[in-house]
Parts: sequence; C-alpha cells; structure tokens
Amino acid sequence: MYNAGKVIFFIIVLILFFTIPMWLNFGRLEAIPQPELPKEEKKCVESKDYMKAYHMKLLDNWRKRAIRENQHMYIASDGEKYTISLQRTCMKCHTEKEKFCDRCHNFVITHPDCWDCHIAPEVAKKWQ
Amino acid sequence: MAIKRRSFLKLTGLALLGTAAGAAVENLLTRGEIKAQEYTYPPEALIGKRWAMVIDVKKCRKARNTCGAKCIEVCHSIHNVPSIPDKKKEIKWIWEDSFEHAFPEQADEHLKEIFKDVPFLLLCNQCDNPPCVRVCPTRATFKSKDGIVMMDFHRCIGCRFCMAACPFGARSFNWFDPRPYISKVNPEYPTRMKGVVEKCMFCYERLAQGKIPACVEACPEKALIFGDLEDPNSEVNKILKERVAIRRKAELGTRPSVFYLID
Repeated sequence: MYNAGKVIFFIIVLILFFTIPMWLNFGRLEAIPQPELPKEEKKCVESKDYMKAYHMKLLDNWRKRAIRENQHMYIASDGEKYTISLQRTCMKCHTEKEKFCDRCHNFVITHPDCWDCHIAPEVAKKWQ
Repeated sequence: MAIKRRSFLKLTGLALLGTAAGAAVENLLTRGEIKAQEYTYPPEALIGKRWAMVIDVKKCRKARNTCGAKCIEVCHSIHNVPSIPDKKKEIKWIWEDSFEHAFPEQADEHLKEIFKDVPFLLLCNQCDNPPCVRVCPTRATFKSKDGIVMMDFHRCIGCRFCMAACPFGARSFNWFDPRPYISKVNPEYPTRMKGVVEKCMFCYERLAQGKIPACVEACPEKALIFGDLEDPNSEVNKILKERVAIRRKAELGTRPSVFYLID
C-alpha cells in the first residue's frame, strides 16, 4: 500500500469521527433512559422482557379485541385476568406518563399519539 | 473424491431427521412456557344480539321542567363531550329537538300540534343496516356483534363520509382540539382529537362492566328503556308489543334501534 501510514491514520480518524456520539456518552449511565417503575406493584401484565419488547403490540391487540371484538378482558400467560383499558388498567400503576412512557419514547424519538385522546393521569389531575 | 449418489441421499435424510428431532426437542423443552395470549368477555358484561332503546316521549314532556335533561348532562360528562358554543361546530351524542325536526316526513298537521311541546331525545339510532358503516373507507365505524354501530377512533381519518351518509345527523366532527371545551373531565374515559368523527355508542364500555347506558340509568322518570331486541322476553320487546312506537325515517330502510312511544 502506498502511503500506508497516512491512509491508516486517516481511517482511524474517520472511524473516531463517526463514533463521536458513542465516545461522548461512554460510561455515562444517565444517557440510558430510566423509566420509573411503580413502587408498590412488582408485576405487570406480562414479564418485564416481554413488555419491553412488545408493549406496543400488546396495546394494539388490546384495542382490537376490546373495541372491535367486544372482548374486554385479557388473560395473561400466567392466567391472571386484566380489564383492557389504558386509562383504567395500565395507568393505575404507571401513575406518571412523563416519568414512564416519555423517558424512553423521547430517547428514541418516537411520539405515539396515544395521549391526544387518552388522558394521562397527571393531565387528569391538573384538569379537575 | 466425488460424493456417491447413495451416500448423498443418506446424508440428506440424516440432516432432515436431525432438524426435525432438534425442533421436537426444543418444543418439548419450552412447552408450558409459551402460552397463546387469550382474550375473553368480562363475566359481568351484558351481552346482547341487538341492543335497542325505547323512549317514552310523554314521560319526557311531563318531567322536562324538573329533570333538567339529566340524560344529556350525564352522557356528555362521562364521555368527555365538549360544550362548543358555535352551533356549526358543536359536538353532541344525545340532544333534544322538536317533533317536526325529528320526524320531518310526518307532515300531519295534527301530529305536529300534539307534539308541539314534547322534547324528542335524539341520539345515534344504532341502525341495523347502517349507511355510515357502508361508506367508511377505513372501517373505523363498524357494526359490532351486539348490534351497536361502533367507532374505532384510532382508525378514523376524518373523511366525514359517515356524516354525509347518516340521515339522522347523529355524528359530529371535531374541527379542532376539543379539550379546551371540556370543563370537567372523566379520567376513566378518553377525549377525542382534532379530525375525528364521534357519536353515541350505546355506552359499550359500560355494557362491558355490566351497566346499562348512562342516559337510561340517569333518567329519574324511567322514560328511557334499554334492552335486547332479539330477546323476545326483554323489556323493550314487551313494550313494543303493547304500545305504539315510531322510528325516525323508517322509510329509508336503515332499521333504527331507537323507538319513540307516541301513544
């Protein structure tokens, strides 16, 4: 390779440049979103891993079943039964949307429009 | 060395067997861990085949001065229906109107005179043959198994075809964010957003909890009666057999499920 020294040097510089975000946040724990979990309740409708990966699918299925099929009750994999409702079931434990939903959603820049219609618990409190 | 046909076939067979055995073992190991997610009807839910409502207008006339239209007030407050002063942009699920507006095809002068001061409660008729459902391009509005013409607000794109199709004016469109017009909110029920159509859904969320619609429950005169039209022993069927009831614009063939007792 001609000019091997220079070429390799600039390749390294380029790699470093493109990985700047990683280096800037290296070892910084606060960069990872920390949604606040309910203190009293230890168990969600499904396991933590499942909820992390599939909560959006679960909620979408809940909507379809409750509104379109009239099946307003969910039977979780452990046999427990839950009433299908974002405001009356989910948000009764996750009492603060800003400290739970928003923390990850803001981090990954997703803005689901749930709350255009559904009323977040903190919004309901202020409204009264 | 080229592979012989015989040994090639043997190897293929073995590989197939091995894959199948692997999958079977994996299935055995994870059995019981993965369950299909299931959904069911709440045990307390009221289940009907075609929900219907009968409105005794004479009782409405008798009590109108004292009841303060509780049915409207309760419905609109539990469903977070905004009170918008502009008549062109107002939202209503249940409202009052005069006889000649509710039944414009009844041209009889005497009837008009008889019902002059009768408030007719109007709401979505939950038609058995709903024209709004036929025209909805996204199936946001559909007829559920219990006969209710439902709205799935998540799917509504605000095209307003349903409003054009509905002969009863039972649908309202959100021209802007309705939240500023809701003074007291029910935190158990959502609001709507700008750009969706809304209407009465016979309190499907209350039926799922084993309760009758809020307007029926709220009426102090019991002028509203709710029941299953397909159930021959239901209260609505008993009343409809005995008394004279009319439906709005029955000649259009939408088969409304809201009846008005006029005798």
